[in-house]
Amino acid sequence: MANSTLTKKRSTAYGSTVALKSAMAVSGVVLVLYLIAHMYGNLKVFAGQEAFDGYAEGLRDLGYPLLPHEGFLWIVRVVLLASILIHIYSAAVLTIRARKARGHRYAVTKRVQRSYASYTMRWGGVLIALFVVFHILHLTTNTIAPGGKSDSAYERLVNGFQPEYWYVTLFYVASVIAVGFHLRHGIWSGMATLGLNKAPRQGKINGVAVAIALIVTVGFLLPPMAVTFGLVS
Amino acid sequence: MSENDLYIEGAPVRDEKAPEGPINERWDKRRFSAKLVNPANRRKLSVIIVGTGLAGASAAATLGEAGYNVTSFCYQDSPRRAHSIAAQGGINAAKNYRNDGDSIHRLFYDTVKGGDFRSRESNVYRLAQTSVEIIDQCVAQGVPFAREYGGLLDNRSFGGVQVSRTFYARGQTGQQLLIGAYQALERQIAAGTVTMNTRHEMLEVIVVDGKARGIIARDMVTGEIETHFADAVVLATGGYGNVFFLSTNAMGCNVTASWRAHRKGALFANPCYTQIHPTCIPVSGDYQSKLTLMSESLRNDGRIWVPKEMGDDRDPRQIPEEERDYYLERIYPAFGNLVPRDIASRAAKNVCDEGRGVGPGGLGVYLDFADAIKRMGRSAVEAKYGNLFDMYQRITGENPYEVPMRIYPAVHYTMGGLWVDYDLQSTIPGLFVTGEANFSDHGANRLGASALMQGLADGYFVLPNTINDYLADGPFERLDESHPDAVAAKEQVTSRIDKLLSIQGSRTVDSFHKELGQIMWEYCGMERSEEGLTKAIGRIRELRAEFWRDVKVLGTNDELNQALEKAGRVADFLELGELMCIDALHRRESCGGHFRAESQTEDGEALRHDDEFAYVAAWEFGGEDSKPVLHKEALEYEYVEMKQRSYK
Amino acid sequence: MNITLRVWRQKGRDDKGRMASYELTDVSPDMSFLEMLDVLNEKLTLENEDPVAFDHDCREGICGACGVVIDGEAHGPETTTTCQLHMRSFNDGDTITVEPWRATAFPVVKDLVVDRGSFDRIIQAGGYISAPTGTAPDAHANPIPKPDADRAFDAATCIGCGACVAACPNASGMLFTAAKVTHLGMLPQGQPERDARVVKMINQHDEEDFGGCTNIGECAAVCPKGIPLDTISQLNRDLLGSLGRGNG
Repeated sequence: MANSTLTKKRSTAYGSTVALKSAMAVSGVVLVLYLIAHMYGNLKVFAGQEAFDGYAEGLRDLGYPLLPHEGFLWIVRVVLLASILIHIYSAAVLTIRARKARGHRYAVTKRVQRSYASYTMRWGGVLIALFVVFHILHLTTNTIAPGGKSDSAYERLVNGFQPEYWYVTLFYVASVIAVGFHLRHGIWSGMATLGLNKAPRQGKINGVAVAIALIVTVGFLLPPMAVTFGLVS
Repeated sequence: MSENDLYIEGAPVRDEKAPEGPINERWDKRRFSAKLVNPANRRKLSVIIVGTGLAGASAAATLGEAGYNVTSFCYQDSPRRAHSIAAQGGINAAKNYRNDGDSIHRLFYDTVKGGDFRSRESNVYRLAQTSVEIIDQCVAQGVPFAREYGGLLDNRSFGGVQVSRTFYARGQTGQQLLIGAYQALERQIAAGTVTMNTRHEMLEVIVVDGKARGIIARDMVTGEIETHFADAVVLATGGYGNVFFLSTNAMGCNVTASWRAHRKGALFANPCYTQIHPTCIPVSGDYQSKLTLMSESLRNDGRIWVPKEMGDDRDPRQIPEEERDYYLERIYPAFGNLVPRDIASRAAKNVCDEGRGVGPGGLGVYLDFADAIKRMGRSAVEAKYGNLFDMYQRITGENPYEVPMRIYPAVHYTMGGLWVDYDLQSTIPGLFVTGEANFSDHGANRLGASALMQGLADGYFVLPNTINDYLADGPFERLDESHPDAVAAKEQVTSRIDKLLSIQGSRTVDSFHKELGQIMWEYCGMERSEEGLTKAIGRIRELRAEFWRDVKVLGTNDELNQALEKAGRVADFLELGELMCIDALHRRESCGGHFRAESQTEDGEALRHDDEFAYVAAWEFGGEDSKPVLHKEALEYEYVEMKQRSYK
Repeated sequence: MNITLRVWRQKGRDDKGRMASYELTDVSPDMSFLEMLDVLNEKLTLENEDPVAFDHDCREGICGACGVVIDGEAHGPETTTTCQLHMRSFNDGDTITVEPWRATAFPVVKDLVVDRGSFDRIIQAGGYISAPTGTAPDAHANPIPKPDADRAFDAATCIGCGACVAACPNASGMLFTAAKVTHLGMLPQGQPERDARVVKMINQHDEEDFGGCTNIGECAAVCPKGIPLDTISQLNRDLLGSLGRGNG
């Protein structure tokens, strides 16, 4: 075939797949840092209702009087929302491009290298997004209140994870595990995207990814489990 | 059948372009005397280049860069796949970076001697001169040659020469050089100076008023037969080793472009000079489609042997030392396993002919590393040859650390090709031939690491400084597709395709190709004799007749039709094979890759007859079913004394 | 051994295509996979059925022409090119599914043959060092640290077969592109064009409708030449650096 000889010209690389991935990576870093902070806060539940509620209340006044009441929290919320939107937007665009790039599907496929974590990034991501919506309605705004509404964050938590609401707990557990898998591949992938993934460092990056994924998963599972099994009431 | 029934002797032929005078000044003189083309005028001059291997890609990139209007063709789906890519060993250059006494003159001398005094002094000297620039050019392009810890280029010695002048990139030198040339070519394609036509096969050359003015090519996807015109045509279409069916060449390598040009008047020089490489993996069954070469370096530490007794089919490890025949060490005590390629190949054939060969069909000899492993330790052997052992194991399924490897010679390179003058111009004005497709630099035998050197020398430095002498008289008359010569050429192509598709016989193309290969290998391979060659000529003629009567090609022309592509190539091989045998028959001497049983010393070594055969045999196509015409180009040696080789 | 082949048959670009089954008997374990297809084609030809078209050339694992997906794996169960895969990797009685590379950027031309011109166009966009013939300084003018030269070489061994794209769940050509960016970017000769090169090549990559990389590593796992996965990271870093310097 006569090869078309002149290359087509795309005007900018700012919208390239690599740039989109970088946006995902950077927004992912913000979200991971938030998760770690959030997990730290959750673990305060083991220090009792007073400590936990006090911590939750304290967050609202963080930076006060420099910032107004809940000022810090709103900054965090805006940054988080932006990160989530960037993350989801990039993921969606990249997924659509990937679907289009494959075109015809294979009759037989076989996994050679991809791990379960990397394989489930997209559907796992969707699950996590749904969970986040539920989670905010449940424990932040308390719009959904399985065990009864309360002004105390501690009580909301304890009420929500009573054994009789096992389905809430199950959804929570499944979602947290999905987060774990998401982090397992996401941290590795983000580092690669940001150009930090050199062969000699790959072992370490993988180790860090697994460690953060595990810590976050366990850290988030402990409080609801403790409630369900009556260790915290 | 006497020789006179086979060919006619015509007038001698001469290279008119090489200047006289001291050999080291000739290339300068020629570059100075050649007419130049003003940069502004180059755009108006068009050049067709067929083939994108080292010789073709480098020429296209360089001429495109110079401002000519270049159109390039290759049969592969990308120019990056040309078979230059498979060269393993390295590329020679007279850089003398090792301070070991190398010089342009020594590279020149080694090449002439290695070619068994059947090449042209002027051309070889120029090759040695340009070798130096090639390395510079390739490094500048980013070819990742092997380096030492100081950051400078590494060298190794190669093919029995006494200096280290071979530059290499692990075992993939050809690949790296080709990728360099390919990238330079793609850069010109992007710049619009080169138009690339992939999956196109040249099927005819258009000659108008005695000048090459274009080609007929088939678009291998749509089947469209296209007419392309230009002011000059360059063939960089490689060698014809696939006439043997089994060779180390790629499956698609073919002689069609050269052969079509030959039929239109280009002389074909020394077709019988074939290089047979001693260390290839042997044939394992009749389904075998190609042979794989393993680096010659294996002979540095491996010992070659066969059982002393005929038909001894014991496991090689069970055969005791005293029942083994280390025949190279026995016959050539001085060089042992390191004798040159042609000698090692022939010795292997001889022991197999005696019935002492090993493996399937008795076509193989052992290459044994047991002693090397004992001496150096397994890990040292692994470090040095690990990748080759892996390759062997992948192909044969045998573990060479445990069981001796089996090797057998295979056709590797063809020194013969279209006759060209010092400007690389064939006997058709405006038709230039570069790389393995021409005949000029290697005589009767090519030294290791010299093929890459020649391909790039031709493409980067020689052709771009000689083709201008021809193009300076252009642009020539504008032609269109209705020109009678173009119409006739196209008609030849289409009628041949129609013929191939209409026969609908009972035998596949491959079955003909395999049979031709067997005839060629048996009678025109490592050892040739008058009796055998005469028989071969008869059998090839019968086979060719049967081919045109009974070949089976399915499908149509208007699609990707790989059987049709092959059929056209095999048809041309069936004609070339006969000419090779005639050439081999007429050359009643042994030289380099051409060994005539009748011409050997008392010890069975090749015996040249310089008084009678110190010439290039350039064959003219005599016409359909007519005898070819032999034109001799006398070879004179002013700077190198002709000697008989000895390796005892 | 006896095998059953399920092979993708497609007459041309616009044909829909289908799977066809063929039985082959007496397959030797020493045959290469392509030699097995040769035997199939000889058989089909004698039975007046159109032989299966597939790309191949050197059959020694270096030209990059061959490549099919065998039982869901690019180049089949061994980490090598299809031409270097041998039938001893399969068992008597196996059913083997053979499909072409599947990617929008590699449209099927016929049967198992695809058009990989998109790779050439990525190289055209910037996969070179501009060094016109004859302008080069002496080869020793520019010493290169051996580790850099070795890494450049490792990346430069890419044969452009397209297995990385075939195996990638996103049909991304990132490993191919990264191999070239790394090869040239590791060398001092490649520095002047480094920033511009990566931008142009990525733009062309996207333009050709390859997908994006999700760092899964399927590409490097099937790569017959072992191109390291971290070349992609190097490409990302080069691109971000280049964008940061305003070369978008």
